[in-house]
Amino acid sequence: MKDSLYALGKDAVDSLRDLLPIVLVIGVFQIFVIRQPVEDLMSLFTGGLLVVAGLACFIFGLRLALFPVGEGLAYSLAGKGSIFWLVAFAFVLGFGTTVAEPALIAVAAEAADVAAAANVIEQTTEAMQVYAYGLRIVVALAVGVALTIGVFRILANWSLPLIIIGGYLLVVLLTELAPPEIVGVAYDSGGVTTSTVTVPLVTALGVGLASSLKGRNPMIDGFGLIALASLTPILFVLIYGILA
Amino acid sequence: MMALLVDTLRFLAGSAIDVLPIAVFLFLFQRVVIGDPMPNRNQILVGFGFVAVGLGLFLVGLEQTLFPLGRLMARQLTNPEFLLNGVAAVSSLGWQDFYWVYIFATAIGFSTTMAEPALIAVSMKANNVSGGAIGVLGLRVAVAIGVGIGVSLGCFRIITGLPLHYFIAGGYLVVILQTVIAPKLIVPLAYDSGGVTTSTVTVPLVTALGLGLAEAVPGRSPLLDGFGLVAFASLFPIISVLAYGQLAVLIERVSKSRRDRRDLDKEEDHAL
Repeated sequence: MKDSLYALGKDAVDSLRDLLPIVLVIGVFQIFVIRQPVEDLMSLFTGGLLVVAGLACFIFGLRLALFPVGEGLAYSLAGKGSIFWLVAFAFVLGFGTTVAEPALIAVAAEAADVAAAANVIEQTTEAMQVYAYGLRIVVALAVGVALTIGVFRILANWSLPLIIIGGYLLVVLLTELAPPEIVGVAYDSGGVTTSTVTVPLVTALGVGLASSLKGRNPMIDGFGLIALASLTPILFVLIYGILA
Repeated sequence: MMALLVDTLRFLAGSAIDVLPIAVFLFLFQRVVIGDPMPNRNQILVGFGFVAVGLGLFLVGLEQTLFPLGRLMARQLTNPEFLLNGVAAVSSLGWQDFYWVYIFATAIGFSTTMAEPALIAVSMKANNVSGGAIGVLGLRVAVAIGVGIGVSLGCFRIITGLPLHYFIAGGYLVVILQTVIAPKLIVPLAYDSGGVTTSTVTVPLVTALGLGLAEAVPGRSPLLDGFGLVAFASLFPIISVLAYGQLAVLIERVSKSRRDRRDLDKEEDHAL
């Protein structure tokens, strides 16, 4: 109990450290450059506290539940040698972790706001929720597919640079075809997905798999999964924009 | 206060649903594929509870703090009265008049990256793996410079309204060229650093900054120009870390050749 409280406190300090540079930089700019009174200072302050408390609980919970179970499963499935279950697990892991990724939830909500303000979608809460959720599901599917391809790549020893370069060529091609309003969101979604929840579990899967196969380098194969998971969301969101 | 409470409850319910799929999947896999019941089931259920509550609180705080702050900074730093003390017309503003935006973007990108715990962990690991060839501080500074330049250049793109994919495609071209000539050791690390840097706190703030800029700068639309800063922030660290690797090799080579020359000089002295 005491240990858990200590761990939770440490997570809170870490989250505070995450937020501190933002507070400092904005504070310096407000005091020395802009020199105007800031409205709603109280609301900003309580919001900041909520961010720190929320992030601390989130990371603490991840360490208590998601990381040990996910890593354990990744290692035991990688060692088990059933390709079907391995691929199924990779897909589900990519999908599930991306749906719970806080940064993606935030960006998808902003994208819906902007699309509604520009009358691309209806200006109702419902339409915006549907749009934001659709975006998240598309990105989650993309990460699921990325991990599936990534696992096949490790098993079959395909060349990673070729896949990545080919993928980015496809991105350039699809950008020409996609409606311009989706391009920015699509490019951003690549960087957003590989964050707090996804990276540790995906790394565990890659490293577990690579170390159970002979002659593979865990460092290179683990990183390959993340590189793929940053690429496919761009492709999927562009395609989603073309179809929608 | 009441509104905040209702908001919080709404977000908590939403985040419970967000966490549900991965929780259910993991339990199913444990049961069906491994065939054993979940070890420490209670601890794990408590953990998922914390994840859901934390996610909900974080999202409420986000809407109250990080989004408004990003927009506020964008609005204030592009305010014509602030930029020109109200002397000239707004229409005469060129991209170079927004220099405070670029300074702010660089400062935010650099400082949040220097403080990023995930990056500190990666740097220490890289230092170990490379046997000290890659310095902990050196790598962190390299990534932070990359993010700072990336966010700042992304703001320049939003202000000028140039097409996003020119920059991104051009950037990846540079990455490909660098990959060919950079020392092999640094390559996986560099690719990784792109994903690691964009943390959960930084992404919303930077997104709001971009959207705020696109709203405030005349002739830009948030829909067409507002997004893309995160993409810049993920791309430029790759370039800067590869450059760091190349620089390290270059410095090593120069100092080695200097050493060689000095040794040679000494031998000549001896000969004389």
